[in-house]
Amino acid sequence: MIFRLIGSRLLAAIVTMGVAAVVIYGSLRLIPGDPVSAITAGTRLTSEQRAALREKLGLNQGFVSGFTHWLGSVLQLDFGQSMVYGSSVNDLLAARMPTTVTLVLYAAALSLVLGLGMALVSATRPGIIDRIGLVVTSLSIATPSFVVALVLLGVFAVQLRMFPATGSGDGFGDMVYHLTLPAIALMVATFGLVARIMRATFREELVSEHVEVARSRGVARMDILRRHVVRNSVGPMMTITALLLAALFIGTAIVETAFGVDGIGQLLVVSIARRDFPVVQAISLLSVGLFVVTSTIADLALPFVDARVRAVGGLR
Amino acid sequence: MSLDTVGLALAGTARRTRRRTRPSALVVASIALLGIVAVASVLAPVITPYAPDATDILNSSAGPTSEHLLGTDGTGRDTLSRLLIGAQLSLLAPLAVAVITTAVGALLGLAAARIGGAFDMIVSRAMDIVFAFPTLLLALLAVAVFGPGLTAPICALALGYIPFVGRIVRSAAIQEQAKPYVGSHAVMGFSELAITVRHIFPNIAPVLLAQATLTFGYAMLDIAALSYLGLGVQPPAADWGSMIAQSQSAVLQGNLWSILFPGMAVILTVLAVNVLGESLSDRFSLASRSAR
Repeated sequence: MIFRLIGSRLLAAIVTMGVAAVVIYGSLRLIPGDPVSAITAGTRLTSEQRAALREKLGLNQGFVSGFTHWLGSVLQLDFGQSMVYGSSVNDLLAARMPTTVTLVLYAAALSLVLGLGMALVSATRPGIIDRIGLVVTSLSIATPSFVVALVLLGVFAVQLRMFPATGSGDGFGDMVYHLTLPAIALMVATFGLVARIMRATFREELVSEHVEVARSRGVARMDILRRHVVRNSVGPMMTITALLLAALFIGTAIVETAFGVDGIGQLLVVSIARRDFPVVQAISLLSVGLFVVTSTIADLALPFVDARVRAVGGLR
Repeated sequence: MSLDTVGLALAGTARRTRRRTRPSALVVASIALLGIVAVASVLAPVITPYAPDATDILNSSAGPTSEHLLGTDGTGRDTLSRLLIGAQLSLLAPLAVAVITTAVGALLGLAAARIGGAFDMIVSRAMDIVFAFPTLLLALLAVAVFGPGLTAPICALALGYIPFVGRIVRSAAIQEQAKPYVGSHAVMGFSELAITVRHIFPNIAPVLLAQATLTFGYAMLDIAALSYLGLGVQPPAADWGSMIAQSQSAVLQGNLWSILFPGMAVILTVLAVNVLGESLSDRFSLASRSAR
């Protein structure tokens, strides 16, 4: 039972990645008219350069052979060469990966701490505190990260001069300092959804029979929260963490642009504006891959952290 | 029918009617705000105090004054006029996304539920795969392929939100078609299509409306982000996202006025839309619970 579950989940992940690869590779072919002239619009190319580019992008092959060729190199982690920077896509990504990974993890930590904290407080204190929580989370959900980014820039970087306005810093400590405002901007835009979903989950556990039984046995309030409510909510918590990481990764496109942080997100935006397809394809694959990997891990880890799933092969 | 089921049914209807007659003040305020924004955007060409591109360079980056009620931006353009004109694209683009997504999502979700079998499995799998693409990534890819503008991202976002509508419609339709009346209509000789169109669709319409409203709010944030990145609306046209982008240089000079109003416009509109969507969604789940 459990092996079938794992097998089908892995198969679904592989199929999703396969279809994503076709779509992302095919995007280059979808360009109306001649892709080469569309991509290089504004630059003068000799017909030899044009032919070389066509060859390099695999455009003179059929879709299937072009795709298998491209997929072959991607599976060997070779994303080709950037058309704008000239260097290999791998070098461009490797130089920016530490910054963006730090930013995503930093923002995820802030968002989870605040979101889960608010969810727990709202779920356990109905009434005015819960109401205030609802207003705050609604505001968070409705607020775009770039508006927060600009307000933070104006207040903390320009007027109070507490944080730098641009750049990603040298060395890890300086990088974390530079990434604080971007991480807060991402946190403000994401913690609301975390708090909403987890509040509903905690509430569901709080009114369940096993919590009532524990309460009637006289189990201490904190023990009920820790051992019954939070413990039983680990599954949804892992799922929301997986979704959050994927959302934050694409969110760096906005926040890194706002703060002039030289990371993967900003590279994606610049590459899209300049139609640097090898870079766009690589980052798009990373983005979808991150979602597929994190959500698959969250699903597969569930039986190990939740004995109920281990016993019956699924919740409920 | 035993007595207590009658009692339950009556209690259910009583609760439903009481809730119907009393929408919360917040919901009323949201509807009013959205109404004002919609009317203002339609009347924008008539009621703008200045031409949206007219510059008053002596009064640039100013706060609210009697001349310029909401101040001016970095090049001295009247913020109120630009907000009103910008409202048109800011509302129309997500509206287009919501309409396309709702139509296609409802069709796919209903068809998957009613036809079932292999078709249901293929549609559900396809929606799972689309779900793996962040909607903003789809919009960005559309720009990479078709160049900056709004048409391609609108289609890409509509595609990206189909699973959000389709999955919910599918499960609502599956719940609905399990009810006895569907079987009895089939026995009476009504066609599958007639039952779907005349009975199942009207019964799941509220959940569809709720989901369409929420999609509008999310799409508005995505499109504003795209315009903020300079990949959506292209100048001289403007929406709220591009206004926020243009305010960045003023903000970096310490002038926060320029971001206040376009930022508030996006936040308040999305907030109102979400409040409305959530109240519709709550009302539906309550109605279906008391009806069971």
